[in-house]
Amino acid sequence: MRRYLTPFLFLSPATLLILLFFFTPVVATILLSFTDLSTTTFQNPSWVGLKNYQDLLADPFLKKIFLNTAKYVALTLAFNVGMGLLLALLTSLVPERYGDPFRALWLLPRILPPVVYVFIWQGLLAEAPMGLVSDLLGVSKNWLVAAPWTAVILANGFVGASFGMLIFTSAIRAIPRELFYAAAVDGATTWQTVRKVVLPLLAWPILFVTAYQTLSLLTSFEYILLLTDGGPGFYTTEVWSLRAYHLALSNYFGNVEFGLGAAMAAVLVVIGVVVSLFYLKIFNFKALVSEPKIEVY
Amino acid sequence: MPLLPKNWPLWLLVLVLITLPIGVGLLWLFLTALFDQVHGLRPVGDFSPENWRFFTEGSVGGRPSIWVALKNSILFAAAVATLEVLIASMAAYAISRMKFPFRTPYLGMILVLHAFPAVSLLIAIYYILRVLGLFDTLIGVILVKASLELPLGIWLMKGFFDQLSWDMEMAALVDGASRWTVFWKVALPLVRPGILALGTFALLSAWGEFILPFTFIVSGKSWTLALYMQSFMREAFVDYGLMAAVGLFYAAPVLLLFLLGQRYLLNIYSGGVKG
Repeated sequence: MRRYLTPFLFLSPATLLILLFFFTPVVATILLSFTDLSTTTFQNPSWVGLKNYQDLLADPFLKKIFLNTAKYVALTLAFNVGMGLLLALLTSLVPERYGDPFRALWLLPRILPPVVYVFIWQGLLAEAPMGLVSDLLGVSKNWLVAAPWTAVILANGFVGASFGMLIFTSAIRAIPRELFYAAAVDGATTWQTVRKVVLPLLAWPILFVTAYQTLSLLTSFEYILLLTDGGPGFYTTEVWSLRAYHLALSNYFGNVEFGLGAAMAAVLVVIGVVVSLFYLKIFNFKALVSEPKIEVY
Repeated sequence: MPLLPKNWPLWLLVLVLITLPIGVGLLWLFLTALFDQVHGLRPVGDFSPENWRFFTEGSVGGRPSIWVALKNSILFAAAVATLEVLIASMAAYAISRMKFPFRTPYLGMILVLHAFPAVSLLIAIYYILRVLGLFDTLIGVILVKASLELPLGIWLMKGFFDQLSWDMEMAALVDGASRWTVFWKVALPLVRPGILALGTFALLSAWGEFILPFTFIVSGKSWTLALYMQSFMREAFVDYGLMAAVGLFYAAPVLLLFLLGQRYLLNIYSGGVKG
């Protein structure tokens, strides 16, 4: 076994951290979901079996939360993929010296600190005389309260669109030039070229982006937390992951229900594990994990 | 596309229109930070040094000084980026260059974790940090942040190592250098573009990181700029001028990097970094 000492040493820091902050949490989430851990029982929680899951199913707001989650994922995904596609096509239809700066600009929402990014949205949506949207529409309202879902989807969408944009752009650039020349010789219009040549070749990247972002949207709540924190009012924009977070870590009504929060998180964790294993299967794993290129031993 | 349509200026116009909100948002941030009041996008009144009082006042409304938050943010981002690049490179080098049992499952695991949404683990990580005694410490959050981005980092660095020719390392090994020396002195310098790309990504991502410090840090002395700024959002009366100034200060390094290195950022983010 001595010959494996070197790779073991090289891999040990990464393996240790992955065990500590990926594997243990996956197991812990599931175990904690079977306990009554809360503020009052933090020192010695007891095993309650499936009680948290029963409570979860009995929760009258579960349906609302579920529908909110579906709405959030579906609409944001539609915006992300649609806008990503539109941006990739538009920036490819203009000379590169114009297209590239625009693609870079769309990276900004992603790389700006989320707190600053959300603050800008809050400012733009505020009441007159401060808020630009109120100013433009001539109706002074806090639009974050008046149209919370539009705000949530747009704010998330402007961040998420760049992911599709970058992937679709690389895919468009990989299309052989001959196909465009052939289309041009046949007298195809721009629209026909896009429709008949480009889009069919983007089917696979579109599937990939859709699959990838579905999973990450399902569990993401950072921007909603900052923007509306699930409000305004009662659970208006509260999604599954945010509800789990609120239950376990920041319950303003006093007692933190850690076990129940863990049960909600466990559902996401299981979906996450299953779906990412499934991705590994469909996105051509074998080709990605070929044997090491060179080996001395 | 290789063939420019004749009416491309029209498409450019459409592009300008849909990108407008991003430009307007930034402009709003600048104006609001600089002037007394901004109505829509029209500055009202003069330049307002009031907005920037957080520089000179030791603490605004009982908060820790912004310099403490700045120091923590710099420390946090630098530590996360260093750890992440170093540990990911080591693991990636072993995967790319060495044979060991369970290599394929290991790599498969890295890939699965890359797609796995790590935020769903937050609740359990809270518990683990409590058990380890790392709750409410900067070190704890640094470890979590670096760990959660490791799969991405390992995957990225493996790609760079895979592209290196073996000859140089072979020569060094024949000369009697150890695997560590070869890694440190020969291979790492050759993948500098990868280190730079992963490092930039890690720095940006850690600089903006909100949810981890928000969840795992309580004490003001460990606040990062994200927490500092967010604390103003919870106030009943929102001081837009002050917040815009804080936000501009906080986002300045990112904006500067954007202005200087657009093309570079575009390359990094196109290179398979996840979002």
